[in-house]
Amino acid sequence: MTLRASFRHAYPGFALAADLTLPMHGVSALFGPSGSGKTTLLRLMAGLERAADGSLALGATVWQDATRFVPAHQRPIGFVFQDARLFPHLSVRQNLAYGQRRAGAGGAIEAMAERLGITHLLARKPDRLSGGEAQRVAIARALLTEPRILLMDEPLAALDAARKAEILPYLERLHAEANIPILYVSHSFDEVARLADHLVLLDSGQVVAAGSLVELTTRLDLPLAHRAEAEAIINAQVVAHDAAFHLTCVDFSGEKLWLSLHEAPIGSFVRVRVRARDVSLTLAPQTGTSILNILPATLTDLGGESDSQVMIGLDVGGTRLLSRVTRKSVSLLGLVSGRRVFAQIKGVAIVE
Amino acid sequence: MSPADLTALWLTLKLAALVTALLLVIGTPLAWWLAHTQRRFKPVIEALVALPIVLPPSVLGFYLLVAMGPHGPIGALTQALGLGTLPFSFAGLVVASVFYSLPFVVQPIQQAFATIPVGLLEAAATLRAGPWDRFRSVALPLAAPGFLTATIFGFAHTLGEFGVVLMVGGNIAGETRVVSVQIYDHVEALEYGAAHGLSLILLGLSFSILLVLYARRLPWRL
Repeated sequence: MTLRASFRHAYPGFALAADLTLPMHGVSALFGPSGSGKTTLLRLMAGLERAADGSLALGATVWQDATRFVPAHQRPIGFVFQDARLFPHLSVRQNLAYGQRRAGAGGAIEAMAERLGITHLLARKPDRLSGGEAQRVAIARALLTEPRILLMDEPLAALDAARKAEILPYLERLHAEANIPILYVSHSFDEVARLADHLVLLDSGQVVAAGSLVELTTRLDLPLAHRAEAEAIINAQVVAHDAAFHLTCVDFSGEKLWLSLHEAPIGSFVRVRVRARDVSLTLAPQTGTSILNILPATLTDLGGESDSQVMIGLDVGGTRLLSRVTRKSVSLLGLVSGRRVFAQIKGVAIVE
Repeated sequence: MSPADLTALWLTLKLAALVTALLLVIGTPLAWWLAHTQRRFKPVIEALVALPIVLPPSVLGFYLLVAMGPHGPIGALTQALGLGTLPFSFAGLVVASVFYSLPFVVQPIQQAFATIPVGLLEAAATLRAGPWDRFRSVALPLAAPGFLTATIFGFAHTLGEFGVVLMVGGNIAGETRVVSVQIYDHVEALEYGAAHGLSLILLGLSFSILLVLYARRLPWRL
C-alpha cells in the first residue's frame, strides 16, 4: 500500500508543486533546506492546511481530491509537532488519554508510557516536564490513537544535543518495531541517516528526487553526494568482534569491513557510513599498507565538483560507495566508467 | 433597612445575575469570533462593543429608550412579538444593561481566547477532536480565567448602573428601582442614614468581588 499525494498551492514567497508516492512501511524522510516546503507538505497531508489543488489517498482511502476534503480530525493520522503542544490544563495521563479516547483506540496507556520511558511522569502537568520529556509524551499521545501513519515535523529541532540523544533511541526503536509507517520531516541529515529508509528531497516547494536513502545519498546528480561530508550509507550485518584488537567486522554484499569495536551483537543489522573523503582508489591491491579495508570495486560514474576535485561513484558487489579524489588523480590513473579499481577505506563508522 | 431598600437590593442582584448570565451566552461566541476573525470590519465591531466604556450612560440610555420605544427598531420587534414595549419595565432594564455591560464581559473573554495558541487547537484536531470538541475541551478550560474576570466585571458593573436605568427604567418600585436609584432618592429626601446603609452594602459587595478577582493574580484584566 502507498500514500499518494499531489499538491499545488501558491503561498506568500513560494509555490508548492509536489507529487509523491510513499511506501507505507518504515520511515520516510522529507528532507530539504528551510523554506523548501517540508512542513507545509506534512500539514497538507494532515489536513491542517488545504491546498487549492490537491489530492491525497492512503491506499484506497481518499482524504482529498477535487470534490472531497476530509478534515484533520477525521483522518487516522498521528502528528508530532516540533513543539510538543501538550495541553497545559491536563496532566500527562489526561494528555495521553485525550486522543486515545476520541479515536476509540484500545491499547494501554501504561504500556505505551513504559515504551517511551514516561511512566514516572504520568501524574505531572506539562509545565513540569523538560523539553525531551514533553516530546516523548507527545509521541506517546500520537501513537495511542493507533494511527495508520505517524507524521513527525522536526520532532528534535527544538531540543539541545543532550535531549536529542535522549529521544533518538526511542525513535529508532519505533523504527525497528516498524508496525506503523512514519513520515519524518527534518533538515538534519544526521537524523535522516539514522532513521530513514526512504527519502524525499525537497527544494523550493518541489520534489527533487525520491527513493531509498542508500540510493539517494550517493547519486551524483543530487546535492547530497556533493556535501563536504558526502558519504555512502550501507546496511550491513555484524559478523564478528575481535576483542584482542578492539574491532568489529560487518558484512555487506559479501564484502567485509572492519571498524572500531561496537556493542552491537553478532547477527544484528547496523547502518555504517563511509565518507567519500575517506575512500582512496588504487588500480592494483596494495600490500604493506596500514589500511585494513580494501575492497574491489567498479567505477560507475564521475561527477565534477570543483576545478581540482572529482566525485566518483563505485559499485562494490551491488553496493554503492563514493570517493572524492583530485582531478589530477583521475587523469594520472585513467579513471573512466567501467574501470576496475580497489577502494581503500580509511574510516568506517556505525551511524549513531 | 426598610422593605423598600430590601426590594431595591433584591431587584439589583436579580438584574446583575440575569444580565451576567445573558452576557456570557451572547458574549462567548462574539468574543470567539473577534479573537479569530481576519475580516476587515473587525475593528468596527470592536469599537462598537467598547463604546459603553466611554459613552455617557445618559447618551446610551437615550438611544436605547428611543430604540425600545414604540417607533424604534427594538420596540417594533417586541410589539410584533406581542410583548409591548420595553421602557419602564424590568425586561427593558435587562436589555439596556446587556448593552451597557457588554464590553466588560466580551473583552476579557476575547483576550483569553486570543492568547490560546492555535497550535494547541491543531494538536487537538490531529487527536480526533472536531471543532466543537476542540472548543469545549481545549479553548474553554484554557480561557477559564478570562471567564471569571468577565463574570465578575459584568456583575459588578451592572450592580453600579445608574444613568442608563434612569433613562430607560425610570424609578418604579419593585420593577426598575435599583439600589443606585434608591440611594439617590434617599439623598434627595435628605435621608442620609438610609443612603449610608445602602451605599455601604454596595461598596462592600463591589470591593469583595473585585478582591476575589485580583487575589487570584490573573493576567487577564481590563
